[in-house]
Amino acid sequence: MAEPSPAPPIEPPPTPKTSRPIHTLPPPFSHDKLVPITQGAEALVYKTTFLTPNTPVVVKYRPPKPYRHPTLDKRLTKQRLLAEARSLVRCRKEGIKVPAVLGADWDEGWLVLEYVEGDTVRRVLDGWAHDVEEAKKSGDGSDGVKEREEAMLDLMTRVGREVAKLHELGVCHGDLTTSNLMLRQEDKAQTEDCAQPPLPSGDIYLIDFGLTTASIQEEDKAVDLYVLERAFAATHPAAEPLFQEVLRAYGESSKSAKGVLRKLEGVRMRGRKRSMLG
Amino acid sequence: MALVRTFTLPHYEQYPVQIALFKNLKNTSYIRSQLLEANPDFDYAFLDAEMILSPTHLLTATFLSLHAILTARQKTRTPHSELVFRLSPNNNIGESYKKFGLGPHTTNLIAVKYPLTSKQADSVAPNEHKVWDDDGSVTNQSVSEHLGRVVEGECVKIGEEGWELGAVCDVERVRKAYKVNGGGGKKGKKGAADGDDDKKDERKELESVILGIMTLKGS
Repeated sequence: MAEPSPAPPIEPPPTPKTSRPIHTLPPPFSHDKLVPITQGAEALVYKTTFLTPNTPVVVKYRPPKPYRHPTLDKRLTKQRLLAEARSLVRCRKEGIKVPAVLGADWDEGWLVLEYVEGDTVRRVLDGWAHDVEEAKKSGDGSDGVKEREEAMLDLMTRVGREVAKLHELGVCHGDLTTSNLMLRQEDKAQTEDCAQPPLPSGDIYLIDFGLTTASIQEEDKAVDLYVLERAFAATHPAAEPLFQEVLRAYGESSKSAKGVLRKLEGVRMRGRKRSMLG
Repeated sequence: MALVRTFTLPHYEQYPVQIALFKNLKNTSYIRSQLLEANPDFDYAFLDAEMILSPTHLLTATFLSLHAILTARQKTRTPHSELVFRLSPNNNIGESYKKFGLGPHTTNLIAVKYPLTSKQADSVAPNEHKVWDDDGSVTNQSVSEHLGRVVEGECVKIGEEGWELGAVCDVERVRKAYKVNGGGGKKGKKGAADGDDDKKDERKELESVILGIMTLKGS
């Protein structure tokens, strides 16, 4: 008896057809006027102009995912885009510093946001850590270093306060990292002039609310802080003590902060994911 | 001749929008009657200038309405009514006209004209969208001539930045229309001595909130 022939090898399914080439924006946007800024798992971020030729804005585009069923894809895209936009508008209403929403099309998947000029806190921290090391090598523990450290601590205080304000409102960021914190610096020309590295002054802006959730649970808030803590630890060992200042400012700024900080202890022990038992 | 400013919006350069501002309007009732009769010559968006906070406010609504029409997702029957509708925070077209359109007591007027025309007859099924196309006959010249003839009022030149569009704004009315009352409490505490800078910041803040509200409408 002949063995039954083995099943034919499974071919990968063909790439589904899309109405437009993948990763191009729908009209009216055209790529010759878009400057890519960054790309994440879900969205492409570009810089362009809006309303007037000299108003810079950010366009965040969630391209359709060809591997999903079109109906489901549309619904998920719409849901996530609107969650982000609603959160931003709500924060803006309450005076938390986030980019303003200027326009959106949830059927096409794009969102126009205010452009925030400045550096991410991540870059500020990197620059600072680098300078500290240099100073150690050359061996001068001068006043400049001390002064900068104080400025950094002040920066951390502001970060803590801003995050506390956000949490007080019942909004969790969902992806709170140092790269998602911006330090808005209006007049860059001024800071570039002086030989000394610029002191980090300016307002803290929270950006990228792509994973935001409305939550009043201490657990979610604690996870926000935990993610931020890990981000600090990953930046540079010198930056780790700075996070204590963030927590201190956070604890002082809101009434419900104590519970969150207590919860943070628990999150630290087990990690970001909650146990899946029960 | 009226002083009309042509605004070209990035990404929709092929559809330049004509905007004119009039103060101390004298023939409000005449323009209103023509509007209500749906006189085809009076196909403009006539807005109450007191309800426009800033050029950005108006241009955002312009962009959003233009986008809705050109992607055939408009909620109203003409491009100009779509603009009035887009300004409003809720989904009632009649109410948007009452709040943002030309009212019986309007004295400051903003007229907006889109370069759009529809080839289809008026008798389109009610739930079918008309297709709107580029209309080459609408130019700065033609709009300025027509408005100059029919509007009796003091025409204000709109400068490069367009800030004149927000100059006659009644901020309290705008606040009320969008139900944004932030900053109201602060005002009492701060003295009047704080001056212009604060006022400007507050306006900017209000503007960014309003833009968000307008964008999210209908979601």
